[in-house]
Amino acid sequence: MPACTGTMKMSPLVLWFHKLGSPPYFYRLAGRFLPWLYAIALVTGAVGLYGGLVVAPADYQQGDSFRMIYVHVPCAWMSLFVYAFMAANSFVALVWRIKLSETLAMASAPVGAAFTFITLVSGSLWGKPMWGTWWTWDARLTSELVLLFLYLGVIGLYHAIEDARQAARAAAFLALIGVVNLPIVHYSVVWWNTLHQGQTVSLMGQSKISSSMLWPLLTMAFATHVYFFASLLARSRAALLALESGKEWVRGIAQAREAHAHG
Amino acid sequence: MKPGTTSAACTALLKRDLALTWRRRGDALNPLLFAIIVVALFPFALGPEAQILERIAAGTIFVAVLLASLLSLDSLFRSDLDDGSLEQLVLSPHPLSLLLACKIAIHWLTTAVPLIAAAPLLAMLLHLPDSVLPVLLAALALATPLLSLIGAICVALTVALRRSGMLLTLLVLPLIVPVLIFGAGACNAAQAGLPYAAPLLWLAAWLVLALVLAPLATAAALRISLT
Repeated sequence: MPACTGTMKMSPLVLWFHKLGSPPYFYRLAGRFLPWLYAIALVTGAVGLYGGLVVAPADYQQGDSFRMIYVHVPCAWMSLFVYAFMAANSFVALVWRIKLSETLAMASAPVGAAFTFITLVSGSLWGKPMWGTWWTWDARLTSELVLLFLYLGVIGLYHAIEDARQAARAAAFLALIGVVNLPIVHYSVVWWNTLHQGQTVSLMGQSKISSSMLWPLLTMAFATHVYFFASLLARSRAALLALESGKEWVRGIAQAREAHAHG
Repeated sequence: MKPGTTSAACTALLKRDLALTWRRRGDALNPLLFAIIVVALFPFALGPEAQILERIAAGTIFVAVLLASLLSLDSLFRSDLDDGSLEQLVLSPHPLSLLLACKIAIHWLTTAVPLIAAAPLLAMLLHLPDSVLPVLLAALALATPLLSLIGAICVALTVALRRSGMLLTLLVLPLIVPVLIFGAGACNAAQAGLPYAAPLLWLAAWLVLALVLAPLATAAALRISLT
């Protein structure tokens, strides 16, 4: 391969991208970003929650119950965003066999499953006072439930296979099949729903959201994104240490820690 | 040694799988027995009133057939993996997806066709109206190959695992939700006197798509599992 001879000149951006794929470099870089990301997520999350739970006025139809959207809607967005992120990394991992992408895809699965679970639970808590029932077979709820099963399948397959890299590739393949499947599930559930019951629930009633209600929502969406990347980096760092435990750079980190603890 | 033609390899594989199934024909009937038992349990739980059973008949039969095919999926590659012939298939010079398509076809023929043949009996047990029976048979004939094809991908992913039963269920179920919705939906629409062609046509479209793509995906998944 001519790119590996070293005589060819790479643009700095491509070079940086190639370096990012190397586990030790990624480990160091992620370690440097991590405290900042956690801090930003914490501060914006606190501001968003304060804005949503205290500053924003109560809804004229739903009263204070509507404040659930400040948790529910960002988590629902994240449940889809994380799946897309996981699938994109799975694709890269399977096509170009980049180890870091395998790690990133598998590290994002539990976070995505958690967001999906929070979406279902918070939606259910909101549904009880609003619709008078914990659960309804609405198209969105059903799709979200199937999404949770897909996440659990990816996580389960990853943990069932012993060899970590083979497990990551098998689970990544499943994640890609899920991408093909998700739109089919969504539209078939919509069809099924309209065939069986006329009960359609529009999430926000007729009321258009006012700006005093909107800014905390967008802040929360930003906070959940930053939190996801912080959590992803922390998980990937731990996974990389486990995956590369026999390598020189991990031994270097372990020795440095030990020297620090004793010295 | 010169390898034979691909069609000869496919014929040999078809004959071998048929012979193997025939020698263990008792095992092959297990899914059928399972489906009959599941369907027979519903009247005990819901009461013997014909009206209730009639209302749930199509859906119940669909779920029973789905569970029975799920139960039989694990055997798709199991014995081939144990005796090493699965690795020989992967190493053979012929297109792996075509060979796997042959295996899936035999699997469908030996597990799903008996289930479809028993569907009129199951329908009778649950008082399904006679007019709905052709729709049920058509829906099953389209849905069961889809289950086999989609299931084969998941089996290929889990084949190297010792205990894959529960995990396989978790992988397959979200993928076949649309098949269940449209298959049972067609029967329910026919029962309610509504047009039922659209869901059947959707199933047929997916079947054509799966016939092309699923063997390729199964081959890719098997290559990941056996590295």
